[in-house]
Amino acid sequence: MLKDITLGQYFPGDTVVHRLDPRTKLILTVVYIVALFTANTWLGYALVLAALLSVAALGRIPPKAMLRGMKPLVFIIVFTGILNLFFTAADDVIFQWRFIKITGTGLRNAVSMILRVLLLVSGTFLLTYTTSPLAITDGMERLLTPLKRLRVPVYELSLMMSIALRFIPTLIEETDRIMSAQKARGADMETGSLIQRAKALLPLLIPLFVSAFRRADELATAMECRCYNGGEGRTRMKTLHMERRDLIAFLLGAALLAGVIALRRLGI
Amino acid sequence: MKPFISLENITFSYPDAARPALDGVTLDIYPGSFVAVLGANGSGKSTLAKHLNAILLPTSGRVLVDGMDTASPENLIPIRRRVGMVFQNPDNQIVANVVEDDVAFAPENLGVEPAEIRRRVDDALNAVGMSAFAMHAPHLLSGGQKQRIAIAGVLAMRPQVLVLDEPTAMLDPRGRREVMDTVEALCREQGITVVLITHHMEEAARADRVVVMAKGKPVMDGAPRTIFPRAGELRALQLDVPGATELVRGLNAAGMTLPADILTPAECAAAISEALQC
Repeated sequence: MLKDITLGQYFPGDTVVHRLDPRTKLILTVVYIVALFTANTWLGYALVLAALLSVAALGRIPPKAMLRGMKPLVFIIVFTGILNLFFTAADDVIFQWRFIKITGTGLRNAVSMILRVLLLVSGTFLLTYTTSPLAITDGMERLLTPLKRLRVPVYELSLMMSIALRFIPTLIEETDRIMSAQKARGADMETGSLIQRAKALLPLLIPLFVSAFRRADELATAMECRCYNGGEGRTRMKTLHMERRDLIAFLLGAALLAGVIALRRLGI
Repeated sequence: MKPFISLENITFSYPDAARPALDGVTLDIYPGSFVAVLGANGSGKSTLAKHLNAILLPTSGRVLVDGMDTASPENLIPIRRRVGMVFQNPDNQIVANVVEDDVAFAPENLGVEPAEIRRRVDDALNAVGMSAFAMHAPHLLSGGQKQRIAIAGVLAMRPQVLVLDEPTAMLDPRGRREVMDTVEALCREQGITVVLITHHMEEAARADRVVVMAKGKPVMDGAPRTIFPRAGELRALQLDVPGATELVRGLNAAGMTLPADILTPAECAAAISEALQC
């Protein structure tokens, strides 16, 4: 059961979108979000949606996967919709029944908020669908390098992230093993009230934590044996290179932003 | 020949321990040799290993690696670059999610040029026979494969000495054989000095020299052929002898006259067939 957990939602692939430098994708995700929040006309939203769909198509992301990602958001979307629909104060009433009042502005606000949430989430999903967690960590580290001047331990943070990612499968395997061991001794983890089940987790969590600490200790020693002494003076085997496709991606991103701004100015 | 590592009368006590873990160890490790360190649990063999690259510092006495004292902090990185260490649990030594990135970890720490790191990673993976797995995720490999990756991760520093602290303890027989074949080849073909901490007699029988530890001290030291026939003494230290040596002892006790210094099943079979033909 635990084996089914997938980390992030990376869809391995070899499309143009996958091959883009992770830094490019991170920056363009930010550009996309800015464009999305700059847009305030239907045509603007349409432009953002068109950008999203074309990237998804280029990255060969199955539409089903995009929709599945939305599932946990249904509640937020419905909630935002209802709030905007019923509680927008305006005069252009289009429907009234007792105290329930729907205004034209409210309707427009509701639809545009829902659109924004959907576009925002699916945009960031595109990043995680087409970029492995490791590449994202790597890209983040390099983008944040200037912060080293402010004594932000950028390298150490990214190393922590990648070690955490590295140990997730190991710890999941271990959890499975401890679970079987406790079940073999008659532990019941699947029935009873919520509180009982939470209590039943203790004999699972305690050995897991003890072993995680022991692993951390051994890993630290092994790292010291391999001459680790912080990010200072470190080199990298793989250096990221910006290619022509990255330049093209940046130009397209800039075009999207410019288009949205122009539409906002023109008000159409 | 000048020793590469010398331990000069070192003692070491863990905090709150009743007796010292190392109690006056004097030992020289010569370049290019394959040394096995044997001992029962608590004999101090792992503690000894951790002194060879300054993970632990002696309470008294001193350790010299290539002439450098492990007690001086400025020698730390040069010493660890020369003496690589591999531990028991391969899972807890692998840092990265991709095999080749993990092997690159040590040279990256040392600030080696990217092109040179690439070369070292390829060489190291080649030396342990894992080149085909360069792009794999470590957690999907077998125990023996993971341990060979851990060895490659250390080899990428281009060390002169490889210290292995019970590297096969958590492996199945096949993984154990893979790791031991790799280690022996590194010593014989690339001239890397190997210090192998183990409690498997068959592994120790492959070394040039066996050091037996008991109560924090080396008590026997010599070629496997001179150590293993002393089965009585080894048994008193809660150690066994290799299966082949044990069989020869039994046969000799029953009236055969076979040479006592037999270590491997092949030698044993040859000696028995020769004895039976006369």
